[in-house]
Amino acid sequence: MLKLENVSMTVNNSNGSRREIIRDINIDFEPGKLYAITGPNGGGKTTLAKVIMGIYQHSTGNIYLNGEDISKLGVTERARRGIAYAFQQPPRFKGLNVADLIKIASQGIDGMGLRKKLRDVGLCPEDYLDRDMGPGLSGGEAKRIEIAQVLSRDSIISIFDEPEAGVDLWTVQRLIGLIVQKYQDNPESTAIIITHHENVLPICDEIIVLEEGFIKLRGSTEEIWPLIRDDVQCKMREQCRGEVCYEL
Amino acid sequence: MNFKPVDMQLLDVISNIKSIPAGAINIRRDGEPVIRQSSPNIKIGTNADNNGLLVEIKPGTRDETVHVPVIVTRAGFHDKVYNTFVVGEDADITIIAGCGIHNDSHSDSSHDGIHEIIVKKGARMKYVEKHYGEGNGKGKRILNPTTKIILETSAIAEMEMVQIKGVDDTVRTTTAHIEDKASLKIVERLMTHGEQKAVSDVKLYIEGRGSSGQILSRSVARDDSFQIFKAALVGKNECLGHVECDAIIMDKARIQSIPELIAENAEAVLTHEAAIGKIAGEQLIKLMSLGMTEKDAIDTILEGFLR
Repeated sequence: MLKLENVSMTVNNSNGSRREIIRDINIDFEPGKLYAITGPNGGGKTTLAKVIMGIYQHSTGNIYLNGEDISKLGVTERARRGIAYAFQQPPRFKGLNVADLIKIASQGIDGMGLRKKLRDVGLCPEDYLDRDMGPGLSGGEAKRIEIAQVLSRDSIISIFDEPEAGVDLWTVQRLIGLIVQKYQDNPESTAIIITHHENVLPICDEIIVLEEGFIKLRGSTEEIWPLIRDDVQCKMREQCRGEVCYEL
Repeated sequence: MNFKPVDMQLLDVISNIKSIPAGAINIRRDGEPVIRQSSPNIKIGTNADNNGLLVEIKPGTRDETVHVPVIVTRAGFHDKVYNTFVVGEDADITIIAGCGIHNDSHSDSSHDGIHEIIVKKGARMKYVEKHYGEGNGKGKRILNPTTKIILETSAIAEMEMVQIKGVDDTVRTTTAHIEDKASLKIVERLMTHGEQKAVSDVKLYIEGRGSSGQILSRSVARDDSFQIFKAALVGKNECLGHVECDAIIMDKARIQSIPELIAENAEAVLTHEAAIGKIAGEQLIKLMSLGMTEKDAIDTILEGFLR
């Protein structure tokens, strides 16, 4: 479905030296699977997602979507071929409202469809359809609306960049449930979730650990999760100060 | 009534009039009234100086609209009109004004609309004014509106003033006096392109106890255009005032944004926010990631911003 072949991305530092953000990535994403990409901050996860979406241009290697080399295609063309990306920090738009953005994401969606998309992510349509996408929305609200946009697209590859960030635990479960329901075992699509969340990682089919731009570990969840669980849970405990994390 | 297609096109853009509506209306074309009709509650007549309208809205009039659009289609015509509106006590009405100029010639065409609006005690008014220019000649399309508004005790008014496109030169002057417990909100939307120049100078005297005044401006300057936005709040009593001006700048355009707060009473609370910037790259990328082209993404962002 989506194949990355020897993909690297290099940037120029301010002192003139060059730095590889992602290095020699080879992954063949299969349909009907949920992939988790995890790893320490600065490891290259978001960069890799943006390279797939075409927001960043990779330096070497090739990217294929259903056999077509899409390496040279821009963001618009990749979106039209079926790649979708839910931003980690969704941009705000003064003057555009929630309904405008979902309509752009899902051309021809009707009023009922619009309302359902919002209810799915736990937002009351009557309160949110006309809400301005400007700075008045909280981070969690903007995040849910971002995810609603990607879920409304008929995409082949959907990338969710830290869907849990800024969202309360109850809503995280709901959002992840939606992603699992839509993508797992769906032969026509694949989801990639960038996450550190101890409740999200174990339910994915495969886990890829990116560190310093390299794939450090990769395999089925049964293989990888036991190797990283202690690390992830320890970090989660620090973040949530020991509060109980609910099971999915 | 002899309306040409160009007249109807201008009226549609500035007032959303596709056919002549029922109720109170005055359409002025090239300095002459072509339609004038009053309603039982809204009387439209000529003012004492015979140089404009006197629009009198009876006290208690509810849910009525008065249309007073102006169009200029004669090449090189310079129009000037003095209109007075008196909104009676406890009325709740809408005024749709606006001016459209069509100029295909090499001579300048202009319209100066000088309005005085008095909103009486307890009345509510919504005022909508759209400005638009079109035509292929080198002659400029010039609009210079001057508006003075007085809000009496407990009156509430919202003024929406929009310059859509095609106006080469404009100087908009707005002054308001807001009395006890009265409230005024001014919303400006402005788009300039080519070598257009637009100046807006708004001054609110927030004079009454418990009164409030707000100015919200959003503008887009493209190409080589130039905008100056001056917004002053004068707080003379225990009152609230807020100015917010947001502008998107593109190409080689220039924008000056000058908010001014003048407090003459220790109980006055006056605030302002001002921002000028180009379209954020991440906004474009976001819309492109939903399948839009870059051009469509820019148009969508600007259209939403000026909505």
